[in-house]
Amino acid sequence: MTRFIARRLVETLLVLLVMSVCIYGLIGLMPGDPIDLMLTSDPKLTAADVARLKAVYGLNQPLIDRYLAWLGAAAQGDFGYSRLQSQPVLQVLAPRLGNTLLLMGISLAAALVIAIPAGVWAAARPRSFGDHLINLFAFAGMSIPVFWLGILLIILFAVVLGVLPASGTASVGVDSLIDRAKYLALPVATLTIVTVGGELRYVRSSMLEVLHQDFLRTARAKGASPARLLYGHALRNAMIPFVTILALDFGTLFSGALIVEIVFAYLGMGKTIYDAIMGNDYNLAMVGLLLATAAVLLSNLAADLAYAWLDPRISYR
Amino acid sequence: MSVPPIGAVLAAAARQPAGAFGRYRTLSQRLSSHRLAIGGAGVLIVIALLVLAEPFFAHLLGTDGETQDLLGRMQGPSAAHPLGTDDLGRDLLLRLLEGGRVSLGIGVVVAVGAAVIGTLIGLIAGFFGGSADTLLMRITDGVIALPKLPLLIVLAAVDVTKLGMPEDWAQSPMLSFWRIAVIIALVGWTTVARLVHGATLSVREREFVRAATALGARPRRIMFVHILPNVAGPIVVSTTLSVGGIMLLESVLSFLGLGIQPPMASWGNMLTNAQDLIWSAPALAVWPGLMIFVTVICCNFLGDGLQDALDPRA
Repeated sequence: MTRFIARRLVETLLVLLVMSVCIYGLIGLMPGDPIDLMLTSDPKLTAADVARLKAVYGLNQPLIDRYLAWLGAAAQGDFGYSRLQSQPVLQVLAPRLGNTLLLMGISLAAALVIAIPAGVWAAARPRSFGDHLINLFAFAGMSIPVFWLGILLIILFAVVLGVLPASGTASVGVDSLIDRAKYLALPVATLTIVTVGGELRYVRSSMLEVLHQDFLRTARAKGASPARLLYGHALRNAMIPFVTILALDFGTLFSGALIVEIVFAYLGMGKTIYDAIMGNDYNLAMVGLLLATAAVLLSNLAADLAYAWLDPRISYR
Repeated sequence: MSVPPIGAVLAAAARQPAGAFGRYRTLSQRLSSHRLAIGGAGVLIVIALLVLAEPFFAHLLGTDGETQDLLGRMQGPSAAHPLGTDDLGRDLLLRLLEGGRVSLGIGVVVAVGAAVIGTLIGLIAGFFGGSADTLLMRITDGVIALPKLPLLIVLAAVDVTKLGMPEDWAQSPMLSFWRIAVIIALVGWTTVARLVHGATLSVREREFVRAATALGARPRRIMFVHILPNVAGPIVVSTTLSVGGIMLLESVLSFLGLGIQPPMASWGNMLTNAQDLIWSAPALAVWPGLMIFVTVICCNFLGDGLQDALDPRA
């Protein structure tokens, strides 16, 4: 088991290394560079100034040399400065990572609280009217464009009703839980609605699969109550594939959070990555993207481990 | 590995086409009992016909989706503009139909393109096995594990002139269509590759494939003539199921200003400005999103129905 984890961690590091080369190369292919941007905002810069600045930032060197220099510094814990925020990259990212984890965590918890009971309820009465209704709702959640749902909620709650703020992370100068909650309400609602659909379908289908198995008939024959059958026997087994799928879906959740953050101007990782790419903030974009990739890869590893931990019949060597 | 007598092998090979035909007949029967899938297919056909009939509607209304009328901005519905006008005074209905042509086009083109890439990779990996299999499937697993949307944003932001593409190509309106198609296909082929890989592994061991090998067929012929038709079902299902997700990706990239570039309309980029206008013209934000939603949900209904029809246990 330890060997398995060690091997997977090494593999994860290798994939990250490959990704860092790819992302660095792609960022190098983006239009303009920071100095070009400075030039457009300050026409007094001469050609000599531009050349000197490019030399200072190493932008006149070949891409591969710049990458190796970046990698060398990163290996020593120096991820560089954010050009837009004039702060070390990690200092910019740390609070925003917290914001994103808060958004994703609450949304995921809310989605689970809805999806598990509703999925079990639907699986207990397949092809009934209620099952079809839940199925329709799940399809709607899976098919709605995240950003459009966000815009609709803004129109309803901020424009028409005027009860919640349309965008932002917190009011300026206010630092209270109620204020944070007000700003979180619409982003969380959006991300929950788009997450719950897929989860509902997973819960329902893995429950249906378990409900057909022999041990449930045995339990029923021994007089277990319907509630105990569903929640005690069936759900525990149905959760094994579900937990794995949940961990594998981390990337989808992150992508959803990215869109939600942009629509609601919520200062999280996704919005930071997007703004950094749009604003030629190379260091910030690079570290943000790698952090997101690492998180997704680790959640995949967690999926494998959870599988073995929940199901004693499986062991990795 | 025991080898069955050659007579039995050839007989099995001869039976194969009839078996395949029979399977597809029951498939259509099962599908027709799936009401959501049939409804979804019907709505999709209507949307496709409306979108293709856009020039006819433009003729009827005497304008087109590009003509701006800066004095008639953000009008409500009228006889001249059945759904009103947008923030530049363009007819909203015609713009929706034009955008639909682009969005649906991306959905179909990318789904087919990704299916072709995935099928080739899955077939080659599954048929040849060994180190080619390991390498290709590890790459597939690697691509599946990546966070898609951030990666797509990076890919969409790449300046193609730095890749050596001529300036006038890079500026052409069709380029934004094809670049978005290519980058979504580049990350979207993995599901089909996995499916085809698994199916190929099992079909490869069947008698008719061994018969073909014994008769001296080349690997290419075995792969495309003998194996491919037998894994076509899952490919069709997964391609249909992928159209919705692809359209969602296109819409979000276009919404972020990284996909289809104006003045070409797409349902996604029609919502870019709509968010700034929610205080003055909330109706502009409703229609394009509703079109995406309805189209995607119909694709998903159809794909789900196909899946049930092909694999009734699932």
